[in-house]
Amino acid sequence: MALDATEGRLAVARARKPGNTLQRFARRRSTIAFLMTLPLIAVIGGLVAWPALYAMYLSTLNRRMTAFIGLENFRILLDSETFRMVIWQSCFFAITAVLLKALIGFWLAHMLHHIPTKGQRKWRGMLLVPWVIPPALSTLGWWWMFEPSYSSINFLLNVFGVPSVPWLGEPWWARISVIIVNVWYGAPFFMIMYLAALKSVPEQLYEAAAIDGATSWQRLRFVTLPMMRNIISITVLFSLIVTFANYDIVRVLTNGGPRDLTHVFASYAFQVGVLSGNIPRGAAVSLFMFPLLAVIAYFVLRGINQRNKEEA
Amino acid sequence: MSNKDLSRRTALGAGAGVIAAGTLTSPAVFGQPTTTLRCAFWDHWVPAGNGALRQLAQQFGERNRVNVNLDFITTVGNQLQLTAAAQSQSRSGHDILSLSPWDIGAYADQLEPVDDVMGRLIAKYGPPNPAAEFLAKHRGAWRAVPATSGTQNKPACVRFDLMQQHAGIDVRAMWPAENRAGPTANTWTWDTFLRAAEACHRAGFPFGLPMGQFTDSVDWVGALFESYGARVTDERGNPTIRGNQPLRQVMDYAVRLSRFLPNDVWAWDDAANNRALISGRSALIFNPPSAWAVAKRDAPQVAERCWTIPMPAGPRGRFLAYLPWNSGIWSFGRNKNVAKQFLEFISQREAAELATNTSNGYDIPPFATMSDFKIWETEGPPVGTVFNYPNRPHHQATAHIAFSPAPAELASQMYIQALNTKVIARVAQGGDTIEQALSWLEREITNMRRGG
Repeated sequence: MALDATEGRLAVARARKPGNTLQRFARRRSTIAFLMTLPLIAVIGGLVAWPALYAMYLSTLNRRMTAFIGLENFRILLDSETFRMVIWQSCFFAITAVLLKALIGFWLAHMLHHIPTKGQRKWRGMLLVPWVIPPALSTLGWWWMFEPSYSSINFLLNVFGVPSVPWLGEPWWARISVIIVNVWYGAPFFMIMYLAALKSVPEQLYEAAAIDGATSWQRLRFVTLPMMRNIISITVLFSLIVTFANYDIVRVLTNGGPRDLTHVFASYAFQVGVLSGNIPRGAAVSLFMFPLLAVIAYFVLRGINQRNKEEA
Repeated sequence: MSNKDLSRRTALGAGAGVIAAGTLTSPAVFGQPTTTLRCAFWDHWVPAGNGALRQLAQQFGERNRVNVNLDFITTVGNQLQLTAAAQSQSRSGHDILSLSPWDIGAYADQLEPVDDVMGRLIAKYGPPNPAAEFLAKHRGAWRAVPATSGTQNKPACVRFDLMQQHAGIDVRAMWPAENRAGPTANTWTWDTFLRAAEACHRAGFPFGLPMGQFTDSVDWVGALFESYGARVTDERGNPTIRGNQPLRQVMDYAVRLSRFLPNDVWAWDDAANNRALISGRSALIFNPPSAWAVAKRDAPQVAERCWTIPMPAGPRGRFLAYLPWNSGIWSFGRNKNVAKQFLEFISQREAAELATNTSNGYDIPPFATMSDFKIWETEGPPVGTVFNYPNRPHHQATAHIAFSPAPAELASQMYIQALNTKVIARVAQGGDTIEQALSWLEREITNMRRGG
């Protein structure tokens, strides 16, 4: 075939010039493949690996960045009541938001899946709108609705005789507000991923289950969920990482307040590192969840690989 | 034209000809600017506020044959602070950069000393206010020039009709638009303020005092603490919380005051107090005249009932919340001498007055001798409403920034993390006792000091 012919020509060329190793090296498939992926490697190296390594290096320096202090920044952070609260809040925020996004996304995907194809596109487009609007912008819209003094949501509540809610002024309401906005923004991503997964489940499996007399719950439990397991794992993992790293929603909506009770790692890292002029400690804050998330990612991806091998 | 007409040789020849012609015909005019000074200044809130610096840059450029490039960088999203951080890390960027109050301390080692510039300015205009000096001077050297553009005081902007009606205080008689205090000015204390806050709260016009984590909150609470002599650290950064009676006294006061504020002040940002005043819902806020200026445009019936007066006095005196901008010169910059000349030029009285006039009286020069610009007398309605916006001698007030006199590297952390409003919130909102809240404060400060 074409490749064999190319190989053949290359072999002839190699035979003609046995001494030119540089040319041989350049013509190797692996060399060409490496050269073609080099731009991507450079981008990942420059924009991911280097900043990550530099952040790790920064987190080991003192405030003035003049001396190496090892893991002292992490120890100081763990001694801080505020930071311990940030850990708790970040976990609460990420886990609650991801669960809600997954559940709502799954429910929406099911609803959409059962709409006839003709009308589905329209609904799909509308439901994706929150995900395509830049989050800083949409959060500003939410902020206007929650705004301490002139909240439009409170206005509506008052119309129905319900007292105003201090959405951003009271710690628990502020946490709930942040989660609401994150779920509103992120649920469409789950929806579209789950919808794609649902469409790939063979119809015959449902037919077979129906013949066996399976109820709709059993069809969901024993057909749909096992078939979607990989996509659920990947979306949950991806969303967990992104939600842990969320910055803009907290920053725009509450700025971490009241009393730091809505800070998450990213917003607190920015406050400590950039705004307060303690870059090494800010780097330590931002790296804090890295080992845990890396371990979770390793196990989730390993599980997916194993299932893929079993299925193959 | 066919491809054959344009050979490689012809194209190269033509290109070389164009370059040569361009180079040879460039006029070697004597006096053509050879230096380009790159400056990044704070993007002014007041729409026309950048105009003064543009005008001054043009004048300076023409006189000194220098290209002065101005970039106005917003603080929205902390872009200016991020620019400073990035330039400090990469050791490249602008020659002159606007620095927020605490950035000077953070980058002191990378800022060119400007003692010569400040020496000449002080000789001409007298000493700048103590807060400006505290912020811009590090390890005995001036590391930045206190700026006029963007610098603000935060006195009380009062709805005089509501204050008269509900609290029985005639603020215009107390602080008239003249260089004298009214007969009742000495009663303008935090105790009077508390009674007025209660009265206005009962009448449905609570004072709009933010207690969140933004600068308006931290600044006014900082001035309140200082007027009680309540400092949380000493000059070396050692916590001074244990056994600190003034601190307990001011905490008790602040908690009592917070009961008469809107219940969501803990989440207010820097615009919330402005909105409270402009909407006609609040009888008093602490703010520069930007809130009044917006009211003049959007709610003239509110603006014409506003009057700016100094902050109340406490047991240790009257302190005025002050938030300055400063201009620093990077030590790694290429045009340090020209940069110094430019900063000196824009710090002259005429230049400062131009900046203040262009910003409708918003900008405050750092020198006390410049607190008599005409614009503060003539702005209105009502005419004289911002007469008491600059710190005038008869106010007997001292400009103050929260958490001074702590060392800059510690004070900046305490300021940005709003420890003073949070400690009050822990009691008023969180249900802690004052002792519990102060213990938390001490632990936070101790942690901030570690890893130096």
